[in-house]
Amino acid sequence: MSHSDLLMKTEMAMPRTLKQACEVQSNGLHDKNDIPGMPLPVLKAAGIDLMDHWKEGLTAPGQVSNLLALRDPSLHRLSADSIGALCTLSAIADSTAVRKSAPVIAQAAESTATPQIRNVATAGGNLFQRPRCWYYRAHQFDCLKKGGHMCFAVEGENRYHAVFGNGPCHIVHPSNLANALSVCQAEVLVVSSAQGTEEPRRVPMHQLFCLPEDRLKSEHTLGPDEIAVGISYRAAPHSAHYEVREKQSFDWPLVMASVALDMRDDGRTIAAARVCAGGVAPIPWRMPQVERALAGINVKDTQRVRQACDLAIRGAQPMSNNAYKLRILPVAVSRAVRLAVG
Amino acid sequence: MSDQTAHGTVPIACSINGRAYSLDVQVNERLLDVLRYRLGLTGTKEGCGEGECGACTVLLDGLPVNSCLVPAYQVDGRSVETVEGTDEQWAAHLHEHGTTQCGACTPGVVMTARWLDDTNPEDLSVREALAGNLCRCTGYRGICEGIKATLKARQQSSNEEGNP
Repeated sequence: MSHSDLLMKTEMAMPRTLKQACEVQSNGLHDKNDIPGMPLPVLKAAGIDLMDHWKEGLTAPGQVSNLLALRDPSLHRLSADSIGALCTLSAIADSTAVRKSAPVIAQAAESTATPQIRNVATAGGNLFQRPRCWYYRAHQFDCLKKGGHMCFAVEGENRYHAVFGNGPCHIVHPSNLANALSVCQAEVLVVSSAQGTEEPRRVPMHQLFCLPEDRLKSEHTLGPDEIAVGISYRAAPHSAHYEVREKQSFDWPLVMASVALDMRDDGRTIAAARVCAGGVAPIPWRMPQVERALAGINVKDTQRVRQACDLAIRGAQPMSNNAYKLRILPVAVSRAVRLAVG
Repeated sequence: MSDQTAHGTVPIACSINGRAYSLDVQVNERLLDVLRYRLGLTGTKEGCGEGECGACTVLLDGLPVNSCLVPAYQVDGRSVETVEGTDEQWAAHLHEHGTTQCGACTPGVVMTARWLDDTNPEDLSVREALAGNLCRCTGYRGICEGIKATLKARQQSSNEEGNP
């Protein structure tokens, strides 16, 4: 069956307002009692990840709620401290306000996928895309995330898998935007029927994602009836995002680092640092040991900066084929620090 | 079914290659399918169907998108340009540089190049711009050279027009 045929078999809700979207998400497209046990609609923005799942035979949702139909302008609003959930990655990357306020966010958006994808992919979709683990993505492997009994990466090909926060599933978090938002102390704004749409629930980035040991089948903590509508973040003018990839473009990073620095008045000394590593753990992985070590360092003192960044691998537990990440990670962090200083 | 959700078909009005269209499209229908099977604009190809290969690239309000991922209803009130809408200079220059073998990727490549034509080349290199267009035949060198030559020729031509 072609993808087009699969799409045509799906019922799609076209909510125009957030209130309607919440109702659909809480009741389904039909009356609750029509089809007992019917799963709630799958939320779709640009639908890029959903299409990947469809094609691979990982999902064939009966009902989809199409968030692109929403007419609420706040979902597309971009400013120096907020990003609407439906803003495209190219809009974020090109936004002067974001570039000036938090370059790390614009750089992360810019480094994603291809121009064609960035022109349609949304901030919300990027945050909630599913992991890229090749065992999860291949329908032949009944892995833990799909209700199976083992993680195939343990005995298998695990060069792209996690070195922190490992087990029982060994995915790495796929969103580079999440990584960048983490160092900008961002909060995701969430609405639901129960919560209402006027005062969204604010979920800090460190509470948005969860480790596999806490929740296996989902990577985030939101409920099935909740909808992320935007992101608020704090300005981080001295910030940068750095990725190490096998290909220069259209590739998932082997390792990435997002860094935001608060500088003292002398412009050379780091007052406080926020460091988040990606491609190494099932969630965006904050590095408090590096953050503490960077505080008080003169950025011209490259040896001390490097020593602080070398702490990035503390506590890592590499698998059989991914110990190389431990050599790359301190380099990625120190390059991000250098770029953040400007 | 909630009254507040739409189903079935929705009417849209859009411009495709400069021509105005009014269509009823199904909410699940892809722009790619509307172009190819309803309007007969078969220059746009379907490759992977999931946004990786770029064979289906069209310009939506001047920006390249994968038409396999764009719902047709979303182009209401907007402008679409497909390979049929580009001028022949592109084909001539690309042919001259041997950019085509099997040709499956060529329409998408041309549309990405058309976008580059409207973009400041200093901001984006040809190779970076083509990250979303996969070619399994040529190795890209000819494609990049063909695009650069076309961009240069167009630039010269527009300079001459501006300085009579």
